[in-house]
Amino acid sequence: MSDHSKSSPLPTYFAVFFALLVGTGLTVFAATLDLGRFNAAVALTIASIKATLVALFFMHVKGASEKLTKLVVIAALFFLLLLLGLTMTDYVTRPWS
Amino acid sequence: MPQPAIAPPTIAQTAERENYLNAKYGVWSWLLTTDHKRIALLYLLSITFFFFIGGFFALLIRLELLTPAGDLVQADTYNKLFTMHGMVMVFFFLIPSIPAVLGNFLVPLMIGAKDLAFPRINLLSWYLYIIGGVMMLHCMLTGGVDTGWTFYAPFSTNYSNTNVVEAGLAIFVAGFSSILTGLNFVVTIHRMRAPGMTWSRLPLFIWAHYATSIVQLLGTPVLAVTLVLVAAERALHLGIFDPKLGGDPLLFQHLFWFYSHPAVYIMILPALGVESEIIACFSRKRIFGYSFVAFSSIAIAVFGFLVWAHHMFVAGTSVYSALVFSFLSYAVAVPSAIKVFNWTATLYKGSIHYDAPMLYAFGFLGLFTIGGLTGLFLAAIGIDVHVTDTYFVVAHFHYIMVGGAVMGYLGGMHFWWPKISGKLYPEGWARLAALIVFIGFNLTFFPQFLLGYMGMPRRYYDYSHMPEFQILNVLSTAGATVLGVGYLLPMLYFLWSMRYGKPAPDNPWNAAGLEWKTPSPPPTFNFDEEPVVTWEAYNYDELDSPDKDAPRGEEVPVAR
Amino acid sequence: MRPAARRSPLPDSTLIGLHHEEEHHPELLHHFADAQQQRDSASLGMWVFLATEVMFFGGLFCAYLVYRRWYFPDFAAASSTINMWLGATNTAVLICSSLTVVLAVWAAQTARRTLLIVSLILTMLLGMAFLGIKGIEYKEKFDEHHVPGASFSFDKVQVPGHPDQYANPHHAQIFFSLYFVMTGLHALHMIIGLGIFLWLLIMAWKGRFTPEWHTPVEIGGLYWHFVDIVWIYLFPLLYLIDRHK
Repeated sequence: MSDHSKSSPLPTYFAVFFALLVGTGLTVFAATLDLGRFNAAVALTIASIKATLVALFFMHVKGASEKLTKLVVIAALFFLLLLLGLTMTDYVTRPWS
Repeated sequence: MPQPAIAPPTIAQTAERENYLNAKYGVWSWLLTTDHKRIALLYLLSITFFFFIGGFFALLIRLELLTPAGDLVQADTYNKLFTMHGMVMVFFFLIPSIPAVLGNFLVPLMIGAKDLAFPRINLLSWYLYIIGGVMMLHCMLTGGVDTGWTFYAPFSTNYSNTNVVEAGLAIFVAGFSSILTGLNFVVTIHRMRAPGMTWSRLPLFIWAHYATSIVQLLGTPVLAVTLVLVAAERALHLGIFDPKLGGDPLLFQHLFWFYSHPAVYIMILPALGVESEIIACFSRKRIFGYSFVAFSSIAIAVFGFLVWAHHMFVAGTSVYSALVFSFLSYAVAVPSAIKVFNWTATLYKGSIHYDAPMLYAFGFLGLFTIGGLTGLFLAAIGIDVHVTDTYFVVAHFHYIMVGGAVMGYLGGMHFWWPKISGKLYPEGWARLAALIVFIGFNLTFFPQFLLGYMGMPRRYYDYSHMPEFQILNVLSTAGATVLGVGYLLPMLYFLWSMRYGKPAPDNPWNAAGLEWKTPSPPPTFNFDEEPVVTWEAYNYDELDSPDKDAPRGEEVPVAR
Repeated sequence: MRPAARRSPLPDSTLIGLHHEEEHHPELLHHFADAQQQRDSASLGMWVFLATEVMFFGGLFCAYLVYRRWYFPDFAAASSTINMWLGATNTAVLICSSLTVVLAVWAAQTARRTLLIVSLILTMLLGMAFLGIKGIEYKEKFDEHHVPGASFSFDKVQVPGHPDQYANPHHAQIFFSLYFVMTGLHALHMIIGLGIFLWLLIMAWKGRFTPEWHTPVEIGGLYWHFVDIVWIYLFPLLYLIDRHK
C-alpha cells in the first residue's frame, strides 16, 4: 500500500475527485427527470460507481499488494446483499401467500 | 517428577521457572495485562461467574416446573427467569466461552506467535465484556427483563414494563467485545503465523476459530443496530416495529435472527474445533479428511447466514420464503455431518485412550449428532409447525449448546489444563465428572424432546391443564441437579489442582501442536525463538514412533 | 498465504525474541516479528473493522428497503421536505474531504510535513462543515415538527405527483425515524473521525510520521473514506426520492 510506482498518484486523485463531483451533480440532475421506475436504479448505480472509485483509488484497493483486501471488501458486500436479498424474499412474496 | 523440556537459557536458576503466571504479581499486573494468556484467565473467571448466574435462573425454572401449577413464582417473574437465563447464558457465557478462554490462550501458541495481533484491543474486549456484564447485573437487580432473550417487538418496544433498554445496551456493549475478539483472531491468523505454518498445517482448532470470527464480525453488528432501533422505538415510539403505526414486527425478527442464528454457530464452531484436537490426540491419528473438516468450518460459517428465517416459519412470513429457508436449513447440516463422519473415520482403527477429555469428546459426538438431527426435524416446515415453541425446540438447542458446546468447552479445559495451569488435574475425578455430566445432561434434556413432541409449550410456568407432563418434568429437574453436580466437580478439582496437583510436563498427552512445545505453563512471550514449522498437523505417527506408550504417561519424554 | 515471505531467525542466533540484525523502528511493537507484519496487521485490522461497519449500517439499509417499498408515496412526500441542496452540498463537502485525506496520506508517504498538516486540518474543517450543515438540517426538521416522537406532525402533506393524496403521517414518521437514525449514526461516525484526525494532527505536528512509518494516517484515511462511502449512498436514498414530481 505504501509502495507506489514512480509516477505521482496525484493526477489520478484529482481525476477521481472531479469524477465524484460530476457524479454527484449527475445524481441530482437525474433525480429531476422522470425515469419512472428507473430513478432509483440510476441513483444507486451512480452511487455505486462513486463508491467504487473511492474504494479503488482513494482507499487503494486497486493495486493492493494482496488479494486479501479485495476479499474482505467482497465478503462485506456479499453478506450485506445476503441480508437485503434474503429478507426481501419474504417481503416480495408475501402478496402471494 | 519428569524433567521439564529445554529451559530458556536466560532464566535464572530459581526453583520455579518464570512463566506467564508468576512473571509479575499484583492486581494491576492482571487488570492491565496485554498478555493473551492472562486475558484468557480473566475471561475464565468472568464467564464462570456468569455461568453460575445463568445456572441459578435455570435452577429456579426447573424448580417451578416440578409441579404443574405455577406455585413457585408468579407468571411475570417466570418470564424474567427464562429471559435472563437465556440472555446471560447466550451473551455472557456461551458466545465468549471457548473463543475468549481457550481461543485467546491457544491461538497465538498454536500458530507460533508471541501474542495476538492487537493485545491492547484484546484487553479492551475483556473490559467491554465486563461493562456489559455489570450493566446486565444491574438490569437484573433492578427488576430484570421479561421479553425472552429474543426481545420480540412489539412487546419489547411497546408493552413490556421491564428494563428492556438496559438489557439491550448491555448486550450491545458485550457484542462489541465479541466483534473485537473476532477481529483480533482474523488478523492474527492471517498475519502472525510462524514461518512454515501454512494454512494446510494449521490445527483445526484454528480453522474453527477463524470461521467463528467471521461470524462474530459480520453478524454481531446487525444485532447491535437492531438493539439500537429497539431502544429508539421504545423511547420515542417511532413505529418501526409497531403495527399500529405501520411498522412490521417481522422486520425486527428478520434483523434479530440474521445475527442470532449465526450466533449459534459462534457457540458451536469453536467446540467443533476442540473436538478435532481431542479426537486426533486420543486416537493417535491425524484427523481423517483434514481439508474437508477445515473447509466445513468455513462452510458452516457462511451457510449459517443463509438460514435465519427458519425461526420464523409460523411468524407470518411468506410461505415461499419459508420454503427457501427450509431448503437452506437442510443444506447447512451437511458440513456439520461431514465433520461427524470424519471424526468417526478418525476413530476407526485409532489407538483410543479414554482419558477425561476423550470422554467429553465421545459425549459431544453423540449429543451433537442428536441435536443436529433434531435440527433437521425443525427445518421441515411441516414438523416445525407442530413443535415450534414447544419443549422440542428447547431440547434441540440445549443438546447442541449444552451437550455440544459446553461439553466441548469442558473437554477443552481438561485437555489444555496442564498447559494453562502447569498442573495435572486428578484423572479419576475427571472421568467421574464427565460421566455425571453425560448422565445428568441426558436425564435433563431427553425428556424435553418427548414433552415437546407431545405438545408442552415452552416459556409456560403453569402446565396444570396438562398434568400428565409432570413425570417428565420431574425427571428433567432431577437430571438438572445431577448435571449441576457434574459441573461443580471440575470447578472444585481444577482449583484443587492449582495448589495440590502434580506439576505438568510440557506435553502430558504427547500431543501434536506448537502449544505443546512450550513449557507448562508457557513463558509470557510464548516462544524464545520463533518456531519454524516443517511438519504437517497431527503428526501422531512421528510422535508415537519412539514410544508407543499411553499419551498420558508422565514417563514419556517430551517429543521435540 | 504469506508465511513463506517471512524469514525465520538464524538457528544459531543468540538473540532472544524478535530482535533482528537490523535496528528496529521505535514504533515497532514487541509481539510483531517486523515492521512489515505490524503494518500489514494494522491495515487488515482496519479493513476487517470496516466490514463490520458495513453490516452495522446494513441493518438500517435493510429496514429502509422494506419500508420504502411498502410506503413509497409517503416516503416520497417525506423526502421532499428535506433540503436536497444542503444534502448535495454535504456530499460535495465529503468528497472534498476525501481528497484532502488522500493528499494527507501522500504527504506522509513523501515526507511533506507541511502538506500533511495542512491536509489534516482541511479534512477536519470540511468534516466540521459537514456536521454544521447537518445541524442546520436537523434544526429545520425540528422546527417543522418532523422529528419522530411526541411532537411529530405531518398533516396535509401532498404526495408528490398526486395532488389529491396526502401522506400517511405514521408512515412518514417511519421515514424520518430512519432518516434520523441513519444520518445520526453517520454523524456519530463523523465525530469519531474528527477525533481520530485530531489525534493524527497532533502526531503529525510532533513529527512522528515518516515515509517508513505513517500507518495511523493510512488507516485513519481508510476509516474516513468509508464514512464518505456511507454518505454517498445515504444522499440519493434519503434526499432524492421522486424529486421529479
